[in-house]
Amino acid sequence: MRIPKPLRNPSLVIGGLITLAIVLLAVLAPLVATHGIEQMDMRNRFDGPTLEHWLGTDNFGRDLWSRMVFGAQVSLSIALISVGGAALIGTVVGLAAGYFGGWVDLLLMRITDIFLGFPAIVLALAIVAVMGPGIVNISLALIVVFWTEYARVVRATTLVLREQNYVQAARALGASPARILFKEILPNALGPIIVLASLGLGTAIISESALSFLGFGLPPPTPTWGWTLAYGTRFIRDEPWLSIVSGATIMVTVLGFNLLGDGLRDVLDPRQLTRSAGKAK
Amino acid sequence: MIAYTIRRLLLLIPMAIGMVVVTFGLLLLIPGDPASVLLGQEASPEAIASLRQALGLDDPWYVRLFDYFAALLQGDMGMSIFQSAPVASIIASRLGATIELAVVALILATLIGVTLGVLAAIRQGSLLDTITMLFAQLGVSMPVYWLGLLLMLAFAVLLGWLPAVGRGTPLPEAVLAALTGRPDVLWDSISHIILPALALAANSAAIISRLVRTSMLEVLREDFVRTAYAKGLRRHRVIVRHGLRNALLPVLSIIGLRFGALLGGAVITESIFAWPGLGQLTIAAISQRDLPLIQGIVLTFAIVFALVNLVVDLLYAAVDPRIRLG
Repeated sequence: MRIPKPLRNPSLVIGGLITLAIVLLAVLAPLVATHGIEQMDMRNRFDGPTLEHWLGTDNFGRDLWSRMVFGAQVSLSIALISVGGAALIGTVVGLAAGYFGGWVDLLLMRITDIFLGFPAIVLALAIVAVMGPGIVNISLALIVVFWTEYARVVRATTLVLREQNYVQAARALGASPARILFKEILPNALGPIIVLASLGLGTAIISESALSFLGFGLPPPTPTWGWTLAYGTRFIRDEPWLSIVSGATIMVTVLGFNLLGDGLRDVLDPRQLTRSAGKAK
Repeated sequence: MIAYTIRRLLLLIPMAIGMVVVTFGLLLLIPGDPASVLLGQEASPEAIASLRQALGLDDPWYVRLFDYFAALLQGDMGMSIFQSAPVASIIASRLGATIELAVVALILATLIGVTLGVLAAIRQGSLLDTITMLFAQLGVSMPVYWLGLLLMLAFAVLLGWLPAVGRGTPLPEAVLAALTGRPDVLWDSISHIILPALALAANSAAIISRLVRTSMLEVLREDFVRTAYAKGLRRHRVIVRHGLRNALLPVLSIIGLRFGALLGGAVITESIFAWPGLGQLTIAAISQRDLPLIQGIVLTFAIVFALVNLVVDLLYAAVDPRIRLG
């Protein structure tokens, strides 16, 4: 039996499997968690991995496996909301800039450049500082810093696609700009957006964990990965396990999304789109 | 080149205006009365009224925006709420440490990234290529704060080779001291900066190595490389003189962007290694919700980033005429 081409891409397969596993763990957290997130076991403080505590315990004997799977819910929720919001805003801006050109393009791209000019984590920190923590505010802060990448990529793709014969034909038939943008151009620009979103999920998880690590994420008792890592630094000299487990969890998750994004890029190959568009002209 | 430089400088003006507007807009994001929120629930009505006046909150937003612009043009970023000092001078006292850390990290990232990228490209498909790219993938996925902690744990706590936190003598001064017969000062300075700079550099080194590998593989397939081999040039000469020189162009273009990422990353790295720079100040300002200081820091980061990008763009245009003529 022939293996389908996408499944022969190791990045896509490994990244897809890691992502699927993390998503399943987050969704099924109440079922797969072996203990309550605040349940203490003072006889087994700072335990390494055991049959009872698969990833060990913290200074109160709280089960790290359970805290990690519930933490996955928080990290993935914020990542999905922020990447979804950033992709939506960036796509609309990119489509408008690329399709209408002229002063619309100039204005939208200058605004994009201004937001790109701020180091992401600094702007996100400042926004969370003034708005306060919370899933919505953290997601909003990440949307503000991430939408620009989508705007630039979608604009570049739209510039190529708007010259295509089928788009010209739709225009000649009197289709409205909105119809052309969302029915003709957007479906063909989805490849690069999906690749960016997959890589963006990893970046969003790192950023959310960084905010939590610095003390500006969701407050306890929410067991965010970044907070657990920061908490572990208090004991890093004698009990580094806590920091190692939470950091490794973040890294493996981000690695999954990055590999998935790389694999999707190979399979969808946005450059092929540009090349075929060039030929069609 | 002069026309291109003037064009790029002029583009910086609307960009800077936009950045000031965004920074000013942070104040508008505060829910409720900003003075009460910034000072907290226990603040006296007099203190709140005084802060309202200091921040100009009784005026309409466009008057405040105009005043903010006017003050910035005179180098006045306002007064810190909690440190009772001008924001500009607080920032100026910290900026050097952050730029030093970011520059050393950028140099490390470029050296490591280019070396690994070239090795992977010239040994494409080998075990070395696989291992290098595996490290690159890990480098991209590893949070800077975790790597920082692991480095600290290994080299400061377990091995005791390097100091865990703090900063030695500023590097430029340490170099001068070494030149006047005090090499110990330079070593002290280097020993303090190695771990934070490595932690900060890892992500950029990974990205640069992937880019160099791709770029190098493309260049090595070009006709002029084949011609160079056909002329009988030695392999290392072809790789360095013909391959690397051309493959490095795209790297130069992303170095400006990486510097922005390094400045952002410095916020986290500095908080781990107690590096007394702008990043540590950012965390302190945000913890205290010292808005004038937060605004000043955000704006400073953006302006430094814009200036670095400008310099990189000009360098890029100088080495690649297609940019300035295109």
